[in-house]
Amino acid sequence: MLDISISRRFWISVPFAVLTIVLGMAMLIPSLHHIVSMQTLNWAQLILSIPVLWLTGTPFLLSAWHSTMNRIATMDTLVAIGTSAAFVFSIVATLFSSLLMEAGIEPHTYYDTTVTILILITLGQLLEIRARESSSNAITGLLSLQPSNARVKRDSEEVDVSVDDLAIGDVLVIRPGERIPVDATIQNGDAEINEAMITGESMPVTKHPGDMVIGGTTNLSSPFTAAVLRTGEDTTLQQIIRVVERAQSSKAPIQKLADAISSWFVPAVLMIAVAAFVVWFDVLPADVRVATSVMHLVSILIIACPCALGLATPTAIVVGTGKGAEAGILIKNAAALESAHKITAIVLDKTGTITEGNPSVVEHAFVTSEDHQHYVSMIAAAERRSEHPIAQALVRYAENQGVTSLSTEAVSVTVGGGIVAEFPEGVLTIGNERFLHNRGVTINDEIGKTTTAWNALGYTVVHTALGNVHTASFAVSDTIRSTTATAIRQLKNMNVKIVLATGDNALTAKTIATQLGISEVHAGIHPEGKLSVIEALQAQGEHVAMVGDGINDAPALAKADVGIAIGSGTDVASEAADVTLMNNDLLSIPRTIQLSRATMRNIKQNLFFAFIYNVLGIPLAAGVLVPVLGLTLNPGFAAAAMGLSSISVLLNALRLKSFSFKG
Amino acid sequence: METTQVVVTFIGIALLVLIAMFFFGSSKGSAMVAQQYTGSQEQRIVVKGGYNPSVIHLKVGVPAKLIFERHETTSCSDQVVFPDFGIRKNLPAHAETIIELTPTHKGDFEFACGMNMLRGKLIVE
Repeated sequence: MLDISISRRFWISVPFAVLTIVLGMAMLIPSLHHIVSMQTLNWAQLILSIPVLWLTGTPFLLSAWHSTMNRIATMDTLVAIGTSAAFVFSIVATLFSSLLMEAGIEPHTYYDTTVTILILITLGQLLEIRARESSSNAITGLLSLQPSNARVKRDSEEVDVSVDDLAIGDVLVIRPGERIPVDATIQNGDAEINEAMITGESMPVTKHPGDMVIGGTTNLSSPFTAAVLRTGEDTTLQQIIRVVERAQSSKAPIQKLADAISSWFVPAVLMIAVAAFVVWFDVLPADVRVATSVMHLVSILIIACPCALGLATPTAIVVGTGKGAEAGILIKNAAALESAHKITAIVLDKTGTITEGNPSVVEHAFVTSEDHQHYVSMIAAAERRSEHPIAQALVRYAENQGVTSLSTEAVSVTVGGGIVAEFPEGVLTIGNERFLHNRGVTINDEIGKTTTAWNALGYTVVHTALGNVHTASFAVSDTIRSTTATAIRQLKNMNVKIVLATGDNALTAKTIATQLGISEVHAGIHPEGKLSVIEALQAQGEHVAMVGDGINDAPALAKADVGIAIGSGTDVASEAADVTLMNNDLLSIPRTIQLSRATMRNIKQNLFFAFIYNVLGIPLAAGVLVPVLGLTLNPGFAAAAMGLSSISVLLNALRLKSFSFKG
Repeated sequence: METTQVVVTFIGIALLVLIAMFFFGSSKGSAMVAQQYTGSQEQRIVVKGGYNPSVIHLKVGVPAKLIFERHETTSCSDQVVFPDFGIRKNLPAHAETIIELTPTHKGDFEFACGMNMLRGKLIVE
């Protein structure tokens, strides 16, 4: 019988409960007592309440019994003891009513109260289950993005296969309007892709052959073919789902207090209830003392609500992280979501963070006027070995000059400095001024003047030397992302201090900082230098966020109070970062702070509500206001309040769903 | 004061002491060392008003399989959360739910129900 679902048990109980309550009310009408005796009404209520107790009361009793065996007291313990006390007292009053009356005790019954408590608390649980489900539906939404089938080219024929059977290298055929099944690299055709579901960016993105498309995004334009890049658990979508799931089950530091309280809360309530019973029993006159004491005991047990305390933080965290994921902001854990609202300073990397990270060579100057073709070929050969955006800019520049293919064996790359390669002609050094200076190269005076002018324009300058002789310099320029200026303005409005930290030369950094209204600049620093910048800010009492790419800036991201990785959409699980932005939009940073602030506000409201509810409700139920205002709490009302308290916490957390980002 | 009142008062005080001793007393739950196999370890945990065993000793670095058998329907125990491992799972009533995790470092890692009332601990050594 108890195997049937909680909702069926509830609905079967409802008519019995309603009848019991109606009879309970009937007892209050004195004129009815001539037609039906009180005793008949009591017996009728007793019989009617048995199915309710059996269906909705037994689960509480069983659960309370099992947890007591483990020396644990839960909400079920309170409900079980509360309803049992009311019910047992009522049975005694029914069976021995004449005996009680002779002893001068009013044989009051609480059948209606017992069923009201059970029905309302069970209804509360039903609603709670529903609200809890809807709080976690961000994951369900993400899961539904992946189509179950994919169209694959096999032996020049197109066949439908299940995504589980896809192998890396399979050629997918994706038609307009279709969802891309897994991460893949475009082979043929250009495509407009809607990536909103992954990155939160509503504008479609144009992709060309060689570009990666993410599984779960939609092809908006023309058909294309793409080679499968990642399958199963490795796809971006699955990684996102894992990150969100992890974050949702992690604990925010703010939860500690509620956790500590909930461990002794229920036993404490049991003790308060017993104490209140004894006090009322001792002070009241004999005729009403038992009935009133029982009522206070039951009210205290029923109104106490440890669940609201337990739900306050996790529910808001679940909704908040889900909301972030929808906007392309992947928050790794609850602690990061909590920490982000305290951000007072942000350290921004330049290349790839405030700029697009896709630089190009805009100026060049050679020391000698001889044939540069061979020299540029050497530069290309060396820089091909580096992944750095500036290295790739030089390679593209060289390719545009029509270089010949050269090879080099010994290449060494210094992060944040430059590159050294050996050629038959000698050692080629490419890098920033400090890097060349450290290797004994003096910059040519004439060219030095030119490069200073480039710096003043905000260009990054790269020098090259053959042996110890400065040979050429290049100006590399990177477009500032279109949203950077707005994002920085928003952050300043939020009273966040902005700091630019870059390996670039001081003049270049200064120019860009001035353009964007950034006053604090640390230029010409190594990646480790960023660590000292962060430490210095932390020493000043700032709560520091570092924004950078997940690879080069990993140590700084880890050092910061909140590490935000940008543009690493392909490396979702980047360990160093607390937050990964699936889009390359700096506006996501003020959004992250907004989301964190909104979530924390929500958690504080929930905790406040859960605390104040118990702090006011328990004394009220204990009857502390009876001597002052004559105000007391009926157990049925206590049950309604208790059912509402958990639900109101859940509903408040769900309000976060409608939170919208400003700007 | 009447006799009944004196009796009720004494019973009440005795109950207060009993409740305090019973729920705040030290010993809580039983400890078990997970069954060791080559390359894996396994522990069955009964969920019935608590976790039994509630303290599970695991070996560091060995993939662990925790089999939760839930023998009740109360909503108190319908979820189990391992915050340090980022795992939150629903435990269907009267069924087994398998949770797999690999402890990567030594220490105590708590787990609890969705509302943190029922608690258990993994001791990784």
